Amino acid sequence: MSADVTLENIWIRFDDFTAVKNADITIKGGEFFSFLGPSGCGKTTLLRAISGFQELSEGKVYIGGKDMAGIGPNKRPTALIFQNLALFPLMTVWENITFSLEVKGVGKAKRLKRADELLELVALPGQADKMVNELSGGQRQRVAVARALAAEPEVLLLDEPLSALDLKLRQHLRTELREIQKRAGITFIYITHDQGEALTMSDRIAVMREGTIEQVGNGNMIYDHPETAFVASFVGENNAFHGTVSKISAGKTIVKTDAGELEATLTEGSRLSTGDKAIVFARPESMSFVNRKNSVKNVFKAKVVYQEFEGHFWHLILSGPNDKKLKMSVINSGSSHDYDEGTELQVNVNSKLAVALPSGPLAAE
Amino acid sequence: MNSASILKFFISFYIVLFFAYLFGPLIVMSITAFNSAGFPRLSPWDCFSTEWFGVLVNDARMMAGFKNSLIIGISVVLVSVPIGLAGALLLAQLSNRVRQVYYTLTISTILVPGVVLGISTLIFWDRMGMMFDVDYESFFYDGIFLTIIGQSTFISAYTMLVFMSRLQRFDPVLEEAAMDLGATNVQTFRKILLPFLKPAIGSAAVLAFLASFENYNTTVFTIVSESTLTTVLASKVRYGINPSISALAVIIITLTLCGAFVHEILKRREQAKELALKKEEKTVSVKSASRGLLSNPVPMMVLLIFVAGLTTAWMARGYDVQQCKIEVSEEKRKHQAELSKIRRVEMEKKLEAQKTDTASPSTVTTKKAAPGTNQYGNIFAPTNLEGQVESEETNPVTKKNTENQYQNIFAPTNLEGQIKSENE
Repeated sequence: MSADVTLENIWIRFDDFTAVKNADITIKGGEFFSFLGPSGCGKTTLLRAISGFQELSEGKVYIGGKDMAGIGPNKRPTALIFQNLALFPLMTVWENITFSLEVKGVGKAKRLKRADELLELVALPGQADKMVNELSGGQRQRVAVARALAAEPEVLLLDEPLSALDLKLRQHLRTELREIQKRAGITFIYITHDQGEALTMSDRIAVMREGTIEQVGNGNMIYDHPETAFVASFVGENNAFHGTVSKISAGKTIVKTDAGELEATLTEGSRLSTGDKAIVFARPESMSFVNRKNSVKNVFKAKVVYQEFEGHFWHLILSGPNDKKLKMSVINSGSSHDYDEGTELQVNVNSKLAVALPSGPLAAE
Repeated sequence: MNSASILKFFISFYIVLFFAYLFGPLIVMSITAFNSAGFPRLSPWDCFSTEWFGVLVNDARMMAGFKNSLIIGISVVLVSVPIGLAGALLLAQLSNRVRQVYYTLTISTILVPGVVLGISTLIFWDRMGMMFDVDYESFFYDGIFLTIIGQSTFISAYTMLVFMSRLQRFDPVLEEAAMDLGATNVQTFRKILLPFLKPAIGSAAVLAFLASFENYNTTVFTIVSESTLTTVLASKVRYGINPSISALAVIIITLTLCGAFVHEILKRREQAKELALKKEEKTVSVKSASRGLLSNPVPMMVLLIFVAGLTTAWMARGYDVQQCKIEVSEEKRKHQAELSKIRRVEMEKKLEAQKTDTASPSTVTTKKAAPGTNQYGNIFAPTNLEGQVESEETNPVTKKNTENQYQNIFAPTNLEGQIKSENE
């Protein structure tokens, strides 16, 4: 069972600031939807609004087409997995998992059976009688998921549930969560500040900044075709070249920057016009070295400052025009690349992959 | 002997002194409970006896006070634990600014002297009674009711403090989690918050009971015509005490020690359990090593009780309190008789010295006068006492003359004469 969630012009204001500004999206039933943004962007507030813990200043939340106004968190078809998991420390694993059934008055035998089923689902068989504090971080995580699923929610809300775990476990649990979601077939709404999590798991992602949803789309869209300077700088690594638009032609633009005139692609419906301040974003992997001097467009000089080897990639820190710090990634093809510190190179920016966007706030480093 | 060992000596000396200061009075009082002497004292030691426990139990006033104290204590627990819990819960939900004011207000009842609380409770309910025009039989004037109300005003603040410190460690997200899983407010309170607060409820209840049980300042006003253990004890101290008070102290101290002992056992068990869990997590195969007798307090306690039982049984076989008491009183009588004999001898010597010195006419005239008037007029004379002793021994008139005895009833020697006659 899954339900779609519609947020209609939601505003949430506190005494001295506005946490959510005009959030207006529809999350489809059965979708794995992520809210991605830096801490303090209002994503957790929005999640609490969906689960019913946060009152709206304006707007409406619909779950499965039903207006949720005046319906408390214990009456909504949602289950929330908290950031710190909030497992009940005085209860055993199975009591935790079947708490939602206990409050409904389901008998003990039935509950035990259900707990076993759910422990099987989250790959934790035979741990029913342990206390919560006897489990490891990853096991607790699974118990939290099982507990939420036991309530048979139509929408599962997850508030950065993996942030406290170490990297390996996190990566492992990502795929597991995704599988559980597919098996259970319910709508997942996932909150994270980790773009890696959002990109790998989600069907669609909403990127938020200071209470505003900046862009909604699948991972690929958001990575390759960012619509705002913030999205471009927040999702993935990006080199930003500030400048002024000097020429615009069908889907292309030329921006005059410190690194010379750079040609870049325009986003669909871009409102840039000649003379506007703009930023050209070039991904580290969309840049390459060229041998001949001044041969092609979009070429500038840079010096290697530092190099990192990461297996399948060489990461280079370059010093570009005006000592601008740039990042560049080169695929490790097996042949010995060696970019010694201080080497001067010609760098080319791929004009098809580079994006020109109106000037705006960037994500903090 | 270097300076370090000197320092060590002084520190241990100080520690001994300190503990003597702390526990000395308790120990002395406990020992006096077993002395058969009529006043709680260590020396002279009369007889080992447990009779004062019996006296204590048979003291109707004390027992009535004890019963009232129990009733009041339990009622105060029932009133102040929920009030304290409610207060702490409210405090946890207030905004910072209001919280400070609220906290100061609720805590102020602890700072107000108990006497003031007592008097104001008494006056308040008296006015209320007058307002509703009820008679003196109603609860407005009932000492036990007033004491429960009066004590709860500040004991509730104690319990609130206990709950506050526990609530500070509570993660409110747990409540949200429960609500999110479909629990109602009541279910959340009962299944999440209450189990978390259980230890605090226990300690708050104990604290409330003890605070109520030992309270005097407030109780002495609010108790009106009834009495509690503390007020009975206070009046006893005023009008003279006997070692049954020490017996009560022994009972209370024993109960406290037992309580502390049981608490310690439970705590150690908990710790051992946790330790075992941790060990199990790390290395499954290692089983905990053999336990020493000292590390486990249960056999220790059993052993102690056993030893105490044996000693009592042995003492009871070869020892009779009544016998001992008779012996002691006999000894005392002998001692007294000896004393009076010595005194008499001294007296006779003195008199003889007087006679040989001067046969004065005044003494002759007094002897000739009627015995009643003579004694009457002479009652405050400094020699009266001495003369009496002699006259009793030598003059049989005093015994035969009933009129004389009657008039003589308040004479200081009267008692002594009585004892003598009884002995004879």
